[in-house]
Amino acid sequence: MLNKYPLWKTLMVAMIVALGALYATPNLYGESPAVQVSGLRGVEADAATLDSVKAHLEESKLSYDSIALEKGQILTRFKNTEDQLKARDVLDDNLGKKFSVALNLTPNTPDWLAAIGGTPMKLGLDLSGGVSFLMEVNMKEAINKAKVGMVSDFRGDLRNEKIRYRSVKEANNSVVVVFRKIEDLEAGQSLLKKRYRDLLLSTDDDTLTLTAKMTEPKLKEIREYALQQNITIIRNRVNELGVAEPLVQRQGKKHIVIELPGVQDTAKAKEILNATATIEFRLVDTEGDLSNALNGRVPANSILLKDKDGRPSLLKKRVMLTGDHITDAKSGFDEYSRPQVNISLDSAGGSKMSSGTKSNIGKPMATVFIEYKATDKKDAEGNIIFEKVQEIISVATIQSRLGKTFRITGAGSAAEAHNLALLLRAGALIAPITIVEERTVGPTLGAENVKLGFEAILMGFGLVFIFMMVYYRAFGVVANLALGANLVLIVGVMSMIPGATLTLPGMAGIVLTVGMAVDANVLIFERIREEIREGKTIQQSIHQGYDAAFSTIIDANITTLIAALILFAIGTGPVKGFAVTLSIGIITSMFTSVIASRTIVNAVWGGKRLDKLSI
Amino acid sequence: MQILRLKETVAFMSYRKIALIFSAILMIASIASLATNKLNFGLDFTGGTLIEVGFQEAADLETLREVMKTNGFADAKVQFYGSSRDVVIRLGLRDDVKAEMLGNEVLDVLQGATGQTVDMRRIEFVGASVGDELAEQGGLAMLTALICILIYVAFRFEWRFAVGSVVALFHDVLLTLGLFSILQLEFDLTVLAAILAVIGYSLNDTIVVSDRIRENFRKIRNSEAEEIINISLTQTLSRTFITSITTLLVLAALFFQGGALIHGFATALLFGVFVGTYSSIYVASLVALSLGISKEDLIPEVIEKEGADQEAMMP
Repeated sequence: MLNKYPLWKTLMVAMIVALGALYATPNLYGESPAVQVSGLRGVEADAATLDSVKAHLEESKLSYDSIALEKGQILTRFKNTEDQLKARDVLDDNLGKKFSVALNLTPNTPDWLAAIGGTPMKLGLDLSGGVSFLMEVNMKEAINKAKVGMVSDFRGDLRNEKIRYRSVKEANNSVVVVFRKIEDLEAGQSLLKKRYRDLLLSTDDDTLTLTAKMTEPKLKEIREYALQQNITIIRNRVNELGVAEPLVQRQGKKHIVIELPGVQDTAKAKEILNATATIEFRLVDTEGDLSNALNGRVPANSILLKDKDGRPSLLKKRVMLTGDHITDAKSGFDEYSRPQVNISLDSAGGSKMSSGTKSNIGKPMATVFIEYKATDKKDAEGNIIFEKVQEIISVATIQSRLGKTFRITGAGSAAEAHNLALLLRAGALIAPITIVEERTVGPTLGAENVKLGFEAILMGFGLVFIFMMVYYRAFGVVANLALGANLVLIVGVMSMIPGATLTLPGMAGIVLTVGMAVDANVLIFERIREEIREGKTIQQSIHQGYDAAFSTIIDANITTLIAALILFAIGTGPVKGFAVTLSIGIITSMFTSVIASRTIVNAVWGGKRLDKLSI
Repeated sequence: MQILRLKETVAFMSYRKIALIFSAILMIASIASLATNKLNFGLDFTGGTLIEVGFQEAADLETLREVMKTNGFADAKVQFYGSSRDVVIRLGLRDDVKAEMLGNEVLDVLQGATGQTVDMRRIEFVGASVGDELAEQGGLAMLTALICILIYVAFRFEWRFAVGSVVALFHDVLLTLGLFSILQLEFDLTVLAAILAVIGYSLNDTIVVSDRIRENFRKIRNSEAEEIINISLTQTLSRTFITSITTLLVLAALFFQGGALIHGFATALLFGVFVGTYSSIYVASLVALSLGISKEDLIPEVIEKEGADQEAMMP
């Protein structure tokens, strides 16, 4: 029989639309003000923290809707923003420096919806308000530093093997070694070849020079490392900003995108992102009297520093090694499966470490993390005052004379070792970064954008709705139902895909999709009218109309999809949002306007004898 | 209800000379304007700083300009944005190390000088290298889009149609860019996005028409290519109109309701869709016709030919 779908097909279409509607529902519940407490530098909030948060809130007589500990974070929801702000201040004052306290808007998704993965759509910064930065890593500098390292490594290696050379200099993407004798050149070549497999060595016997060129994979590795390192450091700093749901992501080959929703004080954010951090190794002063020092009588050659738990130690003033000598730090496990951190130094650092540890075997050595943090205070000229924060991140006993590579064991758990490695790497920022783009949207403009975008969608939808109903009557209603299903599916899919964000141009994309999605139905309906005019029966006309229009619809949509995907590949932020909604809209609209609308048509008109059609 | 009741085939192709001259004039005008006026590139491409602030009461631009001047921002351009309480201040690129702090400085200056609470609506800072890269990427994206589409259409249809549709796309993009150049409307990233969407839309139209032409070449025998194109255009005309109407309706909603931020976006699309409708009727088919499209080109395989013959003999 013509134009009858089997029951399973009808049910499947209904199920897909219902599923889309289900995942779209979290967007209806709104959000409530919340305060999020999360640990800094590897500390995680635990049950004890939860208790103390509860105690502090009760002490200040602040009532909350709910409080929960999840993934090392404590989320407290409040009835209104007034309580939320008060609670933030109370917790910020009382929890200390180990935790960051951030304001947040938490979706009120019911538990049963959240359990099946239902979340509302993510709003872009142009809708939610906040700041986004694009930072560029200075790759030239990264490669320069690698070359400088190579020069000093070569010198050290050649000297150790007693191979005499005239000079070691850096040149364009390479390091040039000039020897005195041809034998030295050959010996040097075989030595360096063995040690540095990722370099391309070439020699010139006449001028007695050896040129070591960095291979493309090596250069790529340096760039990649510089980018990854910067991302790690920025993540750490962003966590300290106390922002709920920050985003730090690489973009392309040398850029990093940072999105901080809800942040208004961009000056502070910038200072923090631009802050410098470094590492120092110092010997622990075992002779000094700690209790005297705590009472203010610090020995002349020592300084008093604390670790993250506030335990004080007396350290020698003399710095054994600074962090800029660190070339790499990785966490792993030793032969007894205990967590350890493997550290590599450049050759200058290696010899410093070697002479520094030679006479101090068996003594404890401390690693100190130093960071310049922006404070809330400003000096007379309005510049933000920086506070030098020093913190002991590890104390370990020197087991033997240390060289270019050594390891720190006893750093605690594997997570702590991992964190220590991260911090050690942060000490040697090999490539500086600069802010190359900033976009800040204030909360009022964000709210206005949401309103405008929403109204534009409603208005566009309404206009098309009326037009289709007047022009195609009953079939217009079918097209409108398909259009409604399309909107629901777009919202549902946007909510389901974790990376999809709704932006203002994205809302424009939805509006555009509404206008273009009816095109498929127009194509089909016009075709049905044509077939009827040609004298075919109603059922045949419907069948022909859908069949003949199908390949046209596919072709037309695929080409638009190509344009949208290209836009997705090159666009950032809001424009990417447009590409996302447009692509999703194209795909869902093919489903709704061809398959869903056919399902309705078949159910209402299919398989009957009809003399007239309301089209 | 029906808007167009066409009983007879409209002889579209007999007006081709007029269409050709019309398109040529517009394209030359666009190129001339792009060459002389250039595009009024927005911050995304030029780099610089933009600060949008909201005042409690209507702002006085002259005073604000004076305030900016006395505080060392002589190059500041101060304009209203959307309403008389919203003001946009644009600053060019600077060599200062702390260029990214400019927005915050301006905000402080305004706050101090006017005594009003100034609501920070948005700050945008784009460095020089980013703008250059973007312009390069944007151009590259459009080119890639055109090439990908050319390949797809050539693969699905015939190279004459592919050339026709790409010429039509080029025509639409050029005219839209021309409009932005002549009216000196700001060309920013969202406008670029809109132009890519115009490419998608215009192609949509062109493909629907090409599809029908192909179908009619196979179905209608003993007709000239020109006649078949006329028949196909007439048959698809009401669909072309209705889709344009619905799209223009939603774009009008966007234009009037979407706010100042997406005005440029809506303008580009409104104009692009309008031109795209025209070009799908005239430009694409005209090019295919001039390249000598014929029945043989569209019935590619021998097997299909045999099938078609048998079907014709059946009734």
